[in-house]
Amino acid sequence: MTGVRSIFLFVLLFFAYETSLARAEVGENEGFSEALLLRPLPDRKVLAHFHFQSAVPPTNSYGRHHHLFPKSIYQLVQKFHLREMELSFTQGRWNYERWGGYDPISSSNAKPPGVELWAVFDVPQHQVDASWKNLTHALSGLFCASINFLEHSTAYSTPEWSFRSSGGYLKYGTLPREAVCTENLTPWLKLLPCRDKAGLSTLMDRPSIYRGYYHSQRLHLTSNEFDSNGLISGIVLDQTLTIVLQPNIKGTGAIFSSGSTLQPSWSLSSLFGRKVGERCVLSKSSNVYVQLEQNLVSQLIKLGNDTGNGDKGSHHEVDISQNFVGDRGFELSIPPDRQIREVDRFDTGSLSILHQFSVENYSDLKPFDLEFRWKLPLVWSCQQAPLSVSRYLMGSGNERGSIAISLMSTRMSECMQNADSSASECWLRVDIFQVVPWYVKVYYHTLKVFIDERFQTVANAVERMHVLPSEDKVSPGVMELTLKLPCGVRSAALTVEFDKGFLHIDEYPPDANQGFDIPSAVVVFGDFETSIQFADDDYLHNIPLLSKLQDKSRVVSYTEVLLVPLTTPDFSMPYNVITITCTVFALYFGSLLNALRRRVGEEGRLLKTKATKETGKLSSLLARLSAKLRGKPWEPSEQSSSSASFFNRKLILKVLLVAGLAVAWQYYSG
Amino acid sequence: MEEKEPVKSKPRPIIRLGLFLMSHSLLVSVVCCTAGILALLLLPVLAKNTYISENALMPGSASPMLSSDDVSEASRFVGKILSLNSSSASLGIEIPRLIKQHITALGGEVNYHEFRSQLNTFRPLQFFASPDPGIIQENSSCMSYGLNTVGIIRAPHGDGKEAIVIVTPYNSGKVTAGEALSLGIGYSVFSLLTRVTWLAKDIIWLASDSQYGEYAGVAAWLREYHTPFFGGLGKLHSEICCEPSGFSEFETDAILETGISDTFRHAGTMAAALVIKVADSSSEFEKDALSIYAEASNGQMPNLDLVNIVNYLAVHGHNLRVKVEKIQSFLHSWWLWGLGGLFESLGKLARSLNPQWSFGISIAEYVEGSATLASSLYNQALGVPTGPHGAFRDYQVDAITMEFSRQLSPGYRNRQTEFLMRGGRLVEGVVRSVNNLLEKFHQSFFLYLLTSPNRFVSVGVYMIAFALLVAPLPMVAASLFSDASKLGSMNEQSTSGPFSKPALKFRSWKWLHAARTVLIVQFWGAFMTLLPYFYCHIPNSSPMTRLLIWIVLLIISLLLLWLNLGSIFSHGNNTQSQRTQWAYLKSVTIAAAFTGLCLMSVINFATAEIGALLLVPMCLMTVPMKLKGWTLRTSMQVACNLVLTFLGFPPVAFVVLKGALKGFDSISIGEFWTWMEALWEWNSATYVYICMVHLPCWVLCILTLLHPC
Repeated sequence: MTGVRSIFLFVLLFFAYETSLARAEVGENEGFSEALLLRPLPDRKVLAHFHFQSAVPPTNSYGRHHHLFPKSIYQLVQKFHLREMELSFTQGRWNYERWGGYDPISSSNAKPPGVELWAVFDVPQHQVDASWKNLTHALSGLFCASINFLEHSTAYSTPEWSFRSSGGYLKYGTLPREAVCTENLTPWLKLLPCRDKAGLSTLMDRPSIYRGYYHSQRLHLTSNEFDSNGLISGIVLDQTLTIVLQPNIKGTGAIFSSGSTLQPSWSLSSLFGRKVGERCVLSKSSNVYVQLEQNLVSQLIKLGNDTGNGDKGSHHEVDISQNFVGDRGFELSIPPDRQIREVDRFDTGSLSILHQFSVENYSDLKPFDLEFRWKLPLVWSCQQAPLSVSRYLMGSGNERGSIAISLMSTRMSECMQNADSSASECWLRVDIFQVVPWYVKVYYHTLKVFIDERFQTVANAVERMHVLPSEDKVSPGVMELTLKLPCGVRSAALTVEFDKGFLHIDEYPPDANQGFDIPSAVVVFGDFETSIQFADDDYLHNIPLLSKLQDKSRVVSYTEVLLVPLTTPDFSMPYNVITITCTVFALYFGSLLNALRRRVGEEGRLLKTKATKETGKLSSLLARLSAKLRGKPWEPSEQSSSSASFFNRKLILKVLLVAGLAVAWQYYSG
Repeated sequence: MEEKEPVKSKPRPIIRLGLFLMSHSLLVSVVCCTAGILALLLLPVLAKNTYISENALMPGSASPMLSSDDVSEASRFVGKILSLNSSSASLGIEIPRLIKQHITALGGEVNYHEFRSQLNTFRPLQFFASPDPGIIQENSSCMSYGLNTVGIIRAPHGDGKEAIVIVTPYNSGKVTAGEALSLGIGYSVFSLLTRVTWLAKDIIWLASDSQYGEYAGVAAWLREYHTPFFGGLGKLHSEICCEPSGFSEFETDAILETGISDTFRHAGTMAAALVIKVADSSSEFEKDALSIYAEASNGQMPNLDLVNIVNYLAVHGHNLRVKVEKIQSFLHSWWLWGLGGLFESLGKLARSLNPQWSFGISIAEYVEGSATLASSLYNQALGVPTGPHGAFRDYQVDAITMEFSRQLSPGYRNRQTEFLMRGGRLVEGVVRSVNNLLEKFHQSFFLYLLTSPNRFVSVGVYMIAFALLVAPLPMVAASLFSDASKLGSMNEQSTSGPFSKPALKFRSWKWLHAARTVLIVQFWGAFMTLLPYFYCHIPNSSPMTRLLIWIVLLIISLLLLWLNLGSIFSHGNNTQSQRTQWAYLKSVTIAAAFTGLCLMSVINFATAEIGALLLVPMCLMTVPMKLKGWTLRTSMQVACNLVLTFLGFPPVAFVVLKGALKGFDSISIGEFWTWMEALWEWNSATYVYICMVHLPCWVLCILTLLHPC
């Protein structure tokens, strides 16, 4: 019997093993991978981009129990039927001009200051709002942030097509004033299987990453758990942390003949104050990449040509670019495991290069510390978005003003124009998505468009427009429009006027005198898609960071947050306000009542009766008493006036006496 | 008779009080006016010490970070500017280029802002309107433009919603040593702020070109910042204007050029602005000194906290001597010293009675305080900003001008770095303090008068003087009116019997006649306000001739009024009715003056205060000259009237005041005209006050004086 049972058990176990093996073979398993991308920036700073990806297969094939994937996120997806969600915490501003605005990293990781949350739900239309509200509360608890303030209908909006097309299932909200700090990072790190105990996340030394010039922590979630059709890939959670750091300038180096100074050299330990010890063993891959931008590469090649021998020069370009790592422009302390080169699909000339370092072979005893040393001063610039966007307020005072969004052409679009010049008519489409809180009452009919400093009618310049005026205390105003600009445009500007509204006293936030925020506008360059295509595809697609870089993404820019000063009541003096209001009301109502209930004839009669019983009760009593005593019949006294004046004199004497006493007491005791 | 006695009801106490005051209006007005003037003189005694009201400011809580490296760098920068000054011809381009190079090397963003000199033109009632969006001058030539250089530091952790502005004006035509030093201070602070991590607000450094006046450059930049003009016509480099030489080439040589350097850069809402100037003359003290100028247009002041932190840091942190403007001649006036002595002895007496009563101040303190107070009052009343900071106040930005002056001593070279260090650290401290501020300045006072850098009189105190001065006006008007109507009714009764109802009715409307006169004179005042607009374009006329034209026009228009509407002024034929008539006229005049003064006190309090000092005695005293026989009393009265009315004429008042303060030998009558022109060029409400309140009241007083009765 026991034998049979054991055989049965064995068979059962065998089958279980078989099925799990089969599943592993298909690739249907949880996965986690980490990567860090470092990129020197033109203004002596360094961009560090951490990327962690966790993925889990769909529930119906894999089940509900996970080894790696964070349970809280899984439950979020299950509960709110999320199709896609992105949450970002950002401190500082992305400098589009210096750090680039066109490459995949900047267009997907440059976020507005504060918190931005958007989510696409897979629920019937009427449940979307409820799901959003619950989601904000759940996230608020998860990330120790006041995301729950996005719950109110004045705080979020439903972009139709400009932000991304979703047919009403997308909700979008921002909290520009949210302060971002370690309390938001710690729960974010808890979602990683190794937390920050091992792997690349050990680099996240709090003081150094919060000292940076830009800090954006992002969580992006895609799931098609509830998709009836299409690919079934389960839930994919991308967590990225993008920071811009200033390397410590050690001994401001020698000034070179050209007059420019050397870029500061940096290493992982100097940037973060830490080194990478052991890799996270749960991670499929943990790599560090050093990216050299297109323009930097072309500068390096030029440098190679200049310094190299003349005969070796131009026709050995490939050669040079293959070998230049250790010899001319800069030096890496560790030879890269692999060099990944961008493939030139459009023949634009320069190409970016990635150096890959694997941290798998390092341990706590022999930590990984990459050093990047510049040898020659180089000047380059980042790839710019076709138009640089800035938004500002116009006007002053507490009454009205206007918002201006100005778009300035960068050199990038000139190149594009040259490329597209074959087409007879070339247009540049720019989608603008702007949410305005209800207390800033925007008059959308005052929308003015100026292209190249010339006024254009809205019908001419705007291709598509969707405006949802704000409703007081219910919903914010939403403006979505597609500008149609000629390719050779140098500048464009958009102005809308607004009135400043009044809030109810308990609607003012703390520190109301600072002013109120208008969240960033999102500007999407619909005609442009950015990606970096690499040569050998099959390997690179397994690395999530690289596949992200290869995915085509839209070029997006966020504008500045604006601060609108509104009229605020004087909160510091409620007592004064209450007192003066009460006094005014008392005076008003007192005199009004007086005037209403007074009758002239009545008053005369009243006076007359008063004159008859002028003397008070006490004196009349006394008079009666004395009359009785004297045995005479009592009659009302006639010399009332004299007695009154006598009384008055007495009263005055008394008052004077008391005052004198008080003065004397005050003088001698004090 | 019998029924009358008990029915005679007592009126309400408030009405009784009013009647009582009206019946004693002479005494009341004398008491009130004296009390008002006394309260004004007492203000320096009543001044309180300033204190920092907003806790978030925390001035001086951090140790200054400006190092000697920054200062030596700035010193080198100053040297470069001065050497450019001596060598280069095209200073207007070289200095901006130098500043731009330095800012770019520091990692700041930079752009130029070109502006044309804008002629101040007469725009009546401008002070009610918000600043004009991009007024374009059609006929100014291409070459007369100024070039501001704007450097911006983006706060590394900040969200860029707010900004602090540092302004260093310099004359691109000829840079003086002081201006170079102020640029040096700006540069040292800027270079420090590019490195610090505590910035929460962006920093804008505006090196403004002051060749068309310090105010013009700043105002032009602010206008472009707040009300940019997109239409294209506002751009200076249109096709018609030729590019200035060498302008395009230095766009390319910058290090981190990214192609959009010429766009106008914005950086959020301005939280505060500091204008840094260095005086070329040395300070008269043994220490470096700092003068604070705060008055903006129409008596607007920056928040007192801003003055406070500058004063606090300068005195406690950097051992500077802080001063605010004062009227120098007050320091030597005997009567102020006498008053000061009186107040001091009173204070001593009070202290001997009770040691806790300590309101006495020393004589010197009193005299100094009143000289400062008078200057503060005058500058506010004038309504003309005392420096480039005035441009910021028009956009509700708190701003002050800090003018450093060096102590003159040997060892100049060494002193320069020390001076730069001191100035730079002070500016750094103020910037740091404002940077701490989460909300905008709102905690402290906006309406105040300074009696010294660390003492102030708040609105609650200084309005007492004005209220006392103005209080007798309605009372006197009412009592005059009631007296006149009583007299009139008695007249009517005596002539047409006791029961003539229509006559009584007619009598109650008699004041309308006087009101019409007043209204016509007011219209005339409005006309006089607009008059200079029509003839101020006459070329090549000296202020003197313009003033004469103005006076002649004034007299002619008055005569025309007299001739055309002469019947108004000489209505009625019997003496009794004329007697009532002048009383009506005076009462309505006083009512008009009261309304005008009260209105003005809302717009510009200091103007109303000074105006009341002139207007109230004049209005109250006027009595027709031919009223009674020539006794001593009446002749005294007439003399008083004549003197007051003479002084009430604005040019005379101006000349007498100026002469009393600065000595009569340096005075020319034409100065009044330049003063008036300054008023309307700066859109001061004082001009409107003078022409629409003061002048009509003066004319009406003369009418009363000359009234035939």
